[in-house]
Amino acid sequence: MSNPEKVTTNEYKSRNCQNNRNLRNWTAAWVVSMMIVAFAPKYVWAFNMLLSTIAVITSIAVGFGMLFANRRYLRGLDEMQQKIQFDAMGLSLGVGLVVGLSYDLLEDIKLITFQPEIAHLVFIMCFTYLGGIIAGHRKFQ
Amino acid sequence: MKNRLKVLRAERDWTQAQLASALDVSRQTVNAIEKGKFDPSLPLAFKAARLFKMAIEDIFQDELKEQSIDG
Repeated sequence: MSNPEKVTTNEYKSRNCQNNRNLRNWTAAWVVSMMIVAFAPKYVWAFNMLLSTIAVITSIAVGFGMLFANRRYLRGLDEMQQKIQFDAMGLSLGVGLVVGLSYDLLEDIKLITFQPEIAHLVFIMCFTYLGGIIAGHRKFQ
Repeated sequence: MKNRLKVLRAERDWTQAQLASALDVSRQTVNAIEKGKFDPSLPLAFKAARLFKMAIEDIFQDELKEQSIDG
């Protein structure tokens, strides 16, 4: 077992920073690939099927890269940080399911006049996740 | 669960960051354990016991057990 007095660099911290950077890069790449899929077929290659297919496959592949980067990031965290992440993800998933299904019904029962968008649900899940992370850190502060 | 982590750390004049580094966890986790807000897993408790060269029960005590003994 290492003596704390001899430890000059915090391995946990540096590993965590590296995983964080890795996840950030994969997420940025995925967002760019999604933007290409969303806009390029219309504005760049006039709905060319081959190019659109390549763009979609590339985006999915990059998305999986992001998922693996996220898994590595989560596994690199210590047990308390993992618990905070796990609780926040569970909350986000639960809220997403309940609010998402209700939101989807709103148009059917004529409570809203516009088409429910998946992006709205993603926003709700993101904010719930963020709230869960903040609450988790405050809980163990 | 009660623990003597803060006392043991202070006796050795270690900072939370140094202890966190030795246990391979974040400083926030050490702080939460010291304050009794987070109970460590068995592997982490054993790691702390090895670090301080003590038995695990000399560092971590079950509060319910103590209450029943006192009562």
